[in-house]
Amino acid sequence: MIKDITLGQYFPGTSPVHRLDPRIKIILTLLYIFALFTIKNFTGYILFAAFTTTIIYISTIPVKYVFKGLKPLLFIIILTAFVNMFMTGGVTLFTIGPLVATYEGVEIAVMMVLRLLFLIIGTSLLTFTTSPILLTDGIEKLLNPFKRIGVPAHELAMMMTIALRFIPTLLEETSKIMKAQMARGADFESGNLIKRAQGLVPLLVPLFISAFRRADELAIAMESRCYRGGDQRTRMKQLQLSKVDYKAVALFIILIAVLLSVR
Amino acid sequence: MSVKVENLSYTYMIGTPFEKQALQGVNLEIKKGEFIGLIGHTGSGKSTLIQHFNGLLKPIKGKIYINDIDITEKKVKLKEIRNAVGLVFQYPEHQLFEETVYKDIAFGPGNMGLAEEQIRKRVHEALKLVGLNAGILEKSPFELSGGQKRRVAIAGVMAMKPEILVLDEPTAGLDPAGRDDILFQIKALHTKLGMTVILVSHSMEDIARLVDRIIVMHEGTVAMDNTPGQVFTEVETLEEMGLSAPQITYVVRQLRQRGLNIREDIFTIHQAKKELLALLEGMK
Repeated sequence: MIKDITLGQYFPGTSPVHRLDPRIKIILTLLYIFALFTIKNFTGYILFAAFTTTIIYISTIPVKYVFKGLKPLLFIIILTAFVNMFMTGGVTLFTIGPLVATYEGVEIAVMMVLRLLFLIIGTSLLTFTTSPILLTDGIEKLLNPFKRIGVPAHELAMMMTIALRFIPTLLEETSKIMKAQMARGADFESGNLIKRAQGLVPLLVPLFISAFRRADELAIAMESRCYRGGDQRTRMKQLQLSKVDYKAVALFIILIAVLLSVR
Repeated sequence: MSVKVENLSYTYMIGTPFEKQALQGVNLEIKKGEFIGLIGHTGSGKSTLIQHFNGLLKPIKGKIYINDIDITEKKVKLKEIRNAVGLVFQYPEHQLFEETVYKDIAFGPGNMGLAEEQIRKRVHEALKLVGLNAGILEKSPFELSGGQKRRVAIAGVMAMKPEILVLDEPTAGLDPAGRDDILFQIKALHTKLGMTVILVSHSMEDIARLVDRIIVMHEGTVAMDNTPGQVFTEVETLEEMGLSAPQITYVVRQLRQRGLNIREDIFTIHQAKKELLALLEGMK
């Protein structure tokens, strides 16, 4: 059950996609989303799909993994398709009771679903190929210019690093407590919704207590190493652009140009 | 109740780059009423192995029989197996969650579907078994000391009256007095109630003075399976696996090397004292 969560999980590797500078990768992901929203017809989507497939291929991330990340959002995708299909005015295609599906609706529904799919795949590729530390480093560097208008770039990045760092720990802790309570006869998998929610108490209480304890310990550990954050902090690994980064940027410029031309 | 493991293999996160084989081809048999010590260095597969005993982990390969029932089969009711095989995890106090000690200990028996009166009886019995008095039943488990919390957690498993009790380092992080106390009570459970006990521990001294048989795990396989006397005389093999013999065994070895005619298979202070006194007596 817990094993199924892949969204936001780093998948180690040495592919060109992994080696991209995190700043560039974040900007390119934003460009990817921008490009996605410029598409107005199916030719565009076919080109975009080909492009995405190529990137997945280069990144050496198993396709199975990419699709596993879609699973938790399946409901939203289906709901979007449903709403668009029946709520758009136009020529009637078929009716189910009071619901009227239109040609235009189906077209928009397909487009919206494609858009959502690519959105999720594109952003999850970023987190699959970038270690959490690099990702937050990138975000911090990108937010730096906004420090002058009062954006606490370093603090935000540190908070994110810590949050990301604790996801696997908390997952492990959850599975440990779950096992311990299951050994005492707890049942997390059967029963109706209310019963299941009640069944979560033996899991959530110890989990919260341990999360607070860990937070406390971490704060003390950071303080005892004189952490002060923010200004004048140097880092061991400086981010530096390489050939791969320039190539990737060039590739994206071509993609957007092509997409704009087939509009 | 007996445990039988046949050709058991387990791999964590199978099919991902984080794949890690924890157990491969484990075979062992534990008879009713035995007191087993399970040792091995960190990552040798001890914890993974014991989680198979009550079906928390499903083997990738191999079979596990509890009282000749194959628990890897689909139709087996795992809840019944879990009532019969009590598993106390490392740092079990981290799993406490109820408002009062009473409620927390009653969680297991409650899940077994027992009547209120029976649950009451079991809670009181379990509390006695771990050496706590009824005064703390209405306290919150979170205001107790570390040692008391540990006992409450162990009582939570004891209240289910398992026939096999598996404990994963029950004394880690306790002070010497608390440690001896808990181990003494576990030993008493074994001798008085005839419970089958499997104790995972890193303390060779504790293992030496408690168990009938030692199973040594190394890199996911059973490396040794014998009486303490046999296992602790193979000091070199143990050291190669990152383990050691009890300290007193080293003292005895040194004495032998210096020409003292003392038995080799001594692994508790009690034995050593007896032997040395006998030798002194003979010298007079």
